[in-house]
Amino acid sequence: MHIIDRRLNPKSKSLGNRQRFLRRAKADIKDAVQDALKRRKIADVEGSERVRVRAKTVKEPSFVFGRDEGQRDFVIPGNKEYQVGDVISKPPSGRGGGGAKGSPDGEGEDDFVFTLTKEEFLDMFFEDLALPNLVKTKLKDLKTTTPSRAGFRTDGPPAQLSYVRTMRNSLARRIALKRPKTEEMLALEAEIAEAEAEGDVEKVEILTERLEKLRARRRAISYIDPLDLRYRRFEQLPRPTTQAVMFCLMDASASMTEALKDLAKRFFMLLYVFLSRHYEDVDIVFIRHTTTAHEVDEETFFRGSQTGGTVVSTALVEMLRIVQERYPAEDWNIYAAQASDGHNFIDDMSHTLGLLDQEIIDLCQYFAYIEVDERDIDQERFQSPLWSGYRLLDERHAQFAMRRVTSPAEIYPVFHDLFARAPGSASAAKASG
Amino acid sequence: MAEKTKKGKPASPAVKAAPPLFETADWSFDLLRSAYDAIEEIAIDELGLDVYPNQIEVITSEQMLDAYASIGMPLLYKHWSFGKRFARDEALYRKGRSSLAYELVINSDPCICYVMEDNSITMQTLVMAHAAFGHNHFFKNNYLFKQWTRADAVLDYLDFAKRYVAKCEERHGLEAVERTLDCAHALMSNGVNRYAAPRRMSDAQRRERALERLSYEEATYDDLWRTVPGGEEAAEPESEGSVEARGLGLPEENLLYFLEKNAPKLADWQRELLRIVRYLAQYFYPQRQTKVMNEGCATFVHYEIMNRLFEKGLIGEGAMLEFLHSHSSVVFQPGFDDGRFGGLNPYALGFAMMRDLQRICDEPTPEDGEWFPDIAGRGDAYQVLKDAWADYRDESFIHQYLSPKVMRDFRMFRIDDDAEEPEMEVSAIHDERGYRELRKTLARQYDVGSQDPRLEVTEANLSGNRRLVVNHAVRDGRLLDKTEAENTLQYLADLWGHRVKLLETDVENDDVLVEHDALPRPR
Repeated sequence: MHIIDRRLNPKSKSLGNRQRFLRRAKADIKDAVQDALKRRKIADVEGSERVRVRAKTVKEPSFVFGRDEGQRDFVIPGNKEYQVGDVISKPPSGRGGGGAKGSPDGEGEDDFVFTLTKEEFLDMFFEDLALPNLVKTKLKDLKTTTPSRAGFRTDGPPAQLSYVRTMRNSLARRIALKRPKTEEMLALEAEIAEAEAEGDVEKVEILTERLEKLRARRRAISYIDPLDLRYRRFEQLPRPTTQAVMFCLMDASASMTEALKDLAKRFFMLLYVFLSRHYEDVDIVFIRHTTTAHEVDEETFFRGSQTGGTVVSTALVEMLRIVQERYPAEDWNIYAAQASDGHNFIDDMSHTLGLLDQEIIDLCQYFAYIEVDERDIDQERFQSPLWSGYRLLDERHAQFAMRRVTSPAEIYPVFHDLFARAPGSASAAKASG
Repeated sequence: MAEKTKKGKPASPAVKAAPPLFETADWSFDLLRSAYDAIEEIAIDELGLDVYPNQIEVITSEQMLDAYASIGMPLLYKHWSFGKRFARDEALYRKGRSSLAYELVINSDPCICYVMEDNSITMQTLVMAHAAFGHNHFFKNNYLFKQWTRADAVLDYLDFAKRYVAKCEERHGLEAVERTLDCAHALMSNGVNRYAAPRRMSDAQRRERALERLSYEEATYDDLWRTVPGGEEAAEPESEGSVEARGLGLPEENLLYFLEKNAPKLADWQRELLRIVRYLAQYFYPQRQTKVMNEGCATFVHYEIMNRLFEKGLIGEGAMLEFLHSHSSVVFQPGFDDGRFGGLNPYALGFAMMRDLQRICDEPTPEDGEWFPDIAGRGDAYQVLKDAWADYRDESFIHQYLSPKVMRDFRMFRIDDDAEEPEMEVSAIHDERGYRELRKTLARQYDVGSQDPRLEVTEANLSGNRRLVVNHAVRDGRLLDKTEAENTLQYLADLWGHRVKLLETDVENDDVLVEHDALPRPR
């Protein structure tokens, strides 16, 4: 008999089965995920989700008897009062031994309900989204590695042979084993020649014998032995090549009400979740502005309110400054999202547009502008200053996108739109919006 | 293995004053081992069980769920239906709607027995007695398992199957493999041989038989026969179809086997997949036919062993109470009108019948003498039980050994149900007139052969329109579920690659009651 402890064996042996199951029920699951996103609060975005899969999708049919066919008899336990010949009316449905009725179209089949994990949920959610303009790094290999020197090893490719190390070992070994040096040999040979010249046969014999011994020793102890070889060793170190910084720009003037801020917040958070799925490191920079702009922490960003007018360009200038200081564009994927109610000093518009057009948009992977507004008005007729200005940018830059949001329910669809994989969908959505 | 060396030890006498094996609830590997040794001594020396070597594996609840999902096998190929099963079991378990089995046992040699880490040592003892000796003995000795499963080869085969399916997925794509497996799974219950085929003859034997026939013909040759008129014509030329049918071995009830061998469009790897599924179905077929006996045997064995352990003082009163509590919930049988009723509990029925057999052997009543003259009062209950475990399956076991006392204890009654009628009729209860009726009906209820629809390939055209005809022999007007049948038939058509017809024919008068038809879906 053997007792084996299997508890440490790899868990989730049926992970492969689950993936196959999810793939099978994908259409249903996606519907459920979309539904869930509409009704969920942003704080629960990264949570698990119960999903109902239509029985039809994951049906496993087989040849079985119909439930309501023909004659049958069966034995069941628990008789309390029945005598032979008693008649029992059939139970209307469900259990009770027999007589369970199934509707002809198999409606009796129950839908299959199960729970998606947080990861699976988000994967489904982001599945048909993709980060736009991924020029700097391919997302697929998030974890690139770079070889980095890490000591020496005893075998390797010839190209990595470290001569210094190898020779040092060789020298040490030669000294330790007392390998005759070349000078020693030469000196001996010279001595023999001298003795020969002198005709001292005895001395020549002795010296020759010694020379032979030395030669034998030299042969036995090689100059470079495989033991001496050292190769440079490299370790593959993961390098966070994919890092992104996300700039959240928001108008903090009094015209932004709590409700509008809430709308903006949802968008920012969704963007963050999205970015953190794709990049190893995601930094967030919060910049709020009135007539001046400051980098603030998250708390202040959403909570505090200041009085004053609105000068958008100040925030852009601040953003530029931070980029130059901390986030060089060669190393960072820069994303920016601006939320505003659309107000700006008219005088500032040309400066704002100039900054965006000349510098910022080219710096960014993506610049999204969200105009939050609680009123549901005709966008074409009542254009805010920012909106009308930004329209020009939208036409010129592929990585610029703008949307208008009036209620929380619209956040997800808009977000989805903004990052939709197909490039054409942005303009299509705009036409309808 | 272990038990061989164990047996050499003299059966310890004077066990009365032995200290208990354990006093706490927690188990440790040492405790497991000493409990196992004590159980083994009782099981082998006193009950005389004959088991495969055991391998006890401790697993977590999560791993138990894993094992559930792959129909109890320690390794199995990957398929979405197992993922579905896992999701369902997990949901039920997390919500507390169902608890996990305490153990899981594989019919293999060595016999693998999974026990859960959450069990107390009392439960571990119970579980080892139940699975490692009860089920194990049944697996090793029952004729169905002997005939149909190869305990020593099953793990190797499963390993092969898993690798093979993975390789196919790599080479032909997930979807293609999934499609084939879906089809095969749908036909799984129609993928078993119900009867053993005659042993295949070797070429040498066949040659010998041919020579024998020839020499017989030579020895009995009489030229006169040549002159008898009409001799030649007497053998009517066979129709082309019947020649073909005979060549294909029709009718064939094992649909998967038939498709594997004869479906014209399948690739070799697809045939191998069908074979794997068919092998699995066949492996589980004995288990389906012996639920009551298998569980009854294991429950009986654990009950005996635990009681003896208690008698010897090896387990304390607290442990005994814990055992009795769990035992009585295992063999609980709610009545038909109870909310918890879900059919006859195989543990309850099997255990009750086997305990009753023991009673009949040891303390028979006059009634038993009438019903079971062979065994009433024979005294050697274990031998009678062991013979029963070896030579019966549920259907025959109930037919042979269901006693009036058990029927009374269960208060069984029979109901006749005709779909046409609005009401059902009670046609037998547990009284003198009803015993035999009840027994007969209950036995048939456990006959897998009559509980499963009986389908056969009756016609296959390989040279012309390539149509395949499958016949369902309808008894008592019980037709197939229409939607299920059509969906399954679709899978069948996908495998066959051409039109497939399913006839539902009344066995009484050969009337075709329903006809289904399916064309393969384009790939």
